[in-house]
Amino acid sequence: MPVVASSLNPAASRAHTGGHGSHPREPVDSEYLWTLNFGPQHPATHTTLRLVLTLDGERIVKAEPDIGYLHSGFEKLGEDLDFNQYVTIVDRMNYISPLANEIAWHHTVEKLLDIKITPRCTYLRTILAELMRLHDHLLCIGAVALDLGAFTAFLYFFQQRELIYDIVEYASGQRFHTSYTRVGGVMFDVNTAWADKVRNFSKGFPKIHSEVDRLLTRNRIFVDRVKGVGVLSREDAINMGCSGPIARASGVVRDLRKDEPYLAYADLDFKVAASKGGDCYARYLVRMQEMLESIKIIDQAIENIPDGPVNVDLEGKSVLPAKPAVYRSIEGLIHHFEMVMPNRGFKVPVEEIYASTESPNGELGFYIVADGEPRAYRARCRPPSFIHFATFQHIMPGYMLSDVPAVLGSLNIIAAELDR
Amino acid sequence: MAIATPAGAAGSSSPFVNPQKGLPDNVFLTTLNAASSWARKNSLWPMPFATACCGIELMATASSRHDLARFGAEVMRFSPRQCDLMIVAGRVAMKMMPVLQRIWLQMPEPKWCISMGACACTGGVFDTYAVVQGVDRFIPVDLYVPGCPPRPEQLIAGIMQIQELVQRTGTMQGTEFQYRNRPTGPAPFDADEIIRIREGQLQLTPLELPVSLKQAQTPTLTQATP
Amino acid sequence: MDFAALNEHLGGVLKSEAFRDNNRVIVPANRLEELMSHLKHVGGFDFLSDVTCVDYLEYPGATDRFGVVYVLVNTATRERLIVKTFVNDPAPKLPSMYSLWKTADWTEREVYDLFGIHFTGHPNLQRILCPPEFESHALRKDYPLKGRGERHNFPVITRAES
Repeated sequence: MPVVASSLNPAASRAHTGGHGSHPREPVDSEYLWTLNFGPQHPATHTTLRLVLTLDGERIVKAEPDIGYLHSGFEKLGEDLDFNQYVTIVDRMNYISPLANEIAWHHTVEKLLDIKITPRCTYLRTILAELMRLHDHLLCIGAVALDLGAFTAFLYFFQQRELIYDIVEYASGQRFHTSYTRVGGVMFDVNTAWADKVRNFSKGFPKIHSEVDRLLTRNRIFVDRVKGVGVLSREDAINMGCSGPIARASGVVRDLRKDEPYLAYADLDFKVAASKGGDCYARYLVRMQEMLESIKIIDQAIENIPDGPVNVDLEGKSVLPAKPAVYRSIEGLIHHFEMVMPNRGFKVPVEEIYASTESPNGELGFYIVADGEPRAYRARCRPPSFIHFATFQHIMPGYMLSDVPAVLGSLNIIAAELDR
Repeated sequence: MAIATPAGAAGSSSPFVNPQKGLPDNVFLTTLNAASSWARKNSLWPMPFATACCGIELMATASSRHDLARFGAEVMRFSPRQCDLMIVAGRVAMKMMPVLQRIWLQMPEPKWCISMGACACTGGVFDTYAVVQGVDRFIPVDLYVPGCPPRPEQLIAGIMQIQELVQRTGTMQGTEFQYRNRPTGPAPFDADEIIRIREGQLQLTPLELPVSLKQAQTPTLTQATP
Repeated sequence: MDFAALNEHLGGVLKSEAFRDNNRVIVPANRLEELMSHLKHVGGFDFLSDVTCVDYLEYPGATDRFGVVYVLVNTATRERLIVKTFVNDPAPKLPSMYSLWKTADWTEREVYDLFGIHFTGHPNLQRILCPPEFESHALRKDYPLKGRGERHNFPVITRAES
């Protein structure tokens, strides 16, 4: 059992060890170095990661991540399942915000098939995407706090996650892996009771947010553990391909919701949270601020959600019909049958496309190669966790062993997305 | 062994009986096995082997709303040496299986194993090259919790069932385990899987190549690492 | 990025394709390094978003086996460009982009692991997702979805012996 030792005064010891970049690498006698296996079964890794740390006392000289402990062949499965079926698999990719993956996948598929979703669906997906951003950041911040010894914040935030679970369960029937989106729409439309649930949630959320803000943001113990730790400079963030909150915490103001507006983001008023610090504390602050912005987006979208059909029109024969129509009318049954038969449903071009969305974790893109079949010939996912975890080996040298959980938590590495 | 419990606590499910009227109210007679199982059942220390999505539901089970502490199994320990209940939550990939087996062997007796979620039980939706099709093929499993992922209520029900199992079958020395000397899960290979693998091996050499590549040398499929 | 100027710089070896909002540049493998260096230093594409590969073994009308895809972003102008190149069996080989973008480190390792394409000049080209003793390249089209029995290759532990 590797134990995370904490230095007595991390701020003071950091003062003379310096950080990444500023710290001149002292020549260390390799005889004094020792190797620590961190994971794959370790509480601070949350899921299955392994780090091989070379240590000089408590200071990290070299950090080598070893991944693949959850490699499950997602992309190979994507070549076997059709565009609607594969949504159940992408669900399980970033499992702390499943709907964000579904939205990203069907965003790409709809771009490939040139389907324009209805305004109601656009707004609905926007609300769900922002709920998922909250979902992700809540667990991320809660877990960082938990690893650094603040249990209360985790419990407060998990309670909010349960409320989001309730909301998505009300819409889709499943609390976790919803498989809610479909090509050209969603599985079921939502009703006013659902909208009330969302309103209630967004009314109550800022209170909990400010409570946790008061618990953590100026908490001496927490701030000492995260401030100045894991600094990622702006140039490195760009060169290493960071996106999302990690890049924005390093001063790269890049948000696909603004840069390449998709869904309803162009109509909504929100700000992009960013910071110049580049350390774990900056990432924490960016995530906290983003949650408030998400609530703002949800509030606007839920008031302006248009009426009308949620799926694109059925004459186009590109979406699955509603279940009642399948069960009760012969036309619906025929339509459903045609959609699920190979070569009868989608008109798929022989082309390739890359499209990405701003998932809670960063740029989540899919590269689909289509060969005219209703399934992808190749379904590549550009996973933000994978790209972010590659920075770990560059960030970590020079810091203490006790900084590892803080950096791991603030990078928000999700193993299933990392390994696929 | 006499354990003092408040009078009236010995309900129908309690192992403690007091048939002898002459004893004081707070003295109960029981067998050593029943008493130790009773203690074990109410202080299960789970080892959360959480690999994927089910791990998040395991977290949900332990945190605010569902509060596993009500059932005496909330002391999650991440060291196998301190645990007696392994909860395999999530799919186990081929790189992870040796780790799982090693952790299972490190746990002290008596120990039990819950396979949580469809992936741990059967491989679930991931019927691919990299995912072990059910952990019960390679380690013993006492209880399966179905679902993808199971709801926290479902996991709590599973833990309560394993508490019953501990009470019903548990012995002081753990002798109930020594008779289970055969693998309890399905065989690692299904008959049709062996056929498929053999066919796959046959297909290794002749390859369907694009026309322009037909003249090129036959590619070697299993390239050695440099 | 002005394609005509780019093509002229490379001596007219490039091909351009566009689909929806994606712009693709197709370059022969031997000129890849030159193009990428030019794109980074002159074109301002400072962000390598993704490196991936496609096995075109069963693709209709394909003439080459592997297509390697680089997704580039210019963070100043928000422009995206997809660079694509083709390599073939046996021993598919490409220059590594690690010296230009550090993103290439793990993404190229992944392509090597799952497709078996060697990247010359990569500092640590090892398997990343599959275990080191894994012999095949899993995402190639001639590798079956359910594998060749690797997932069953473990000892069985019974209750009595554990």
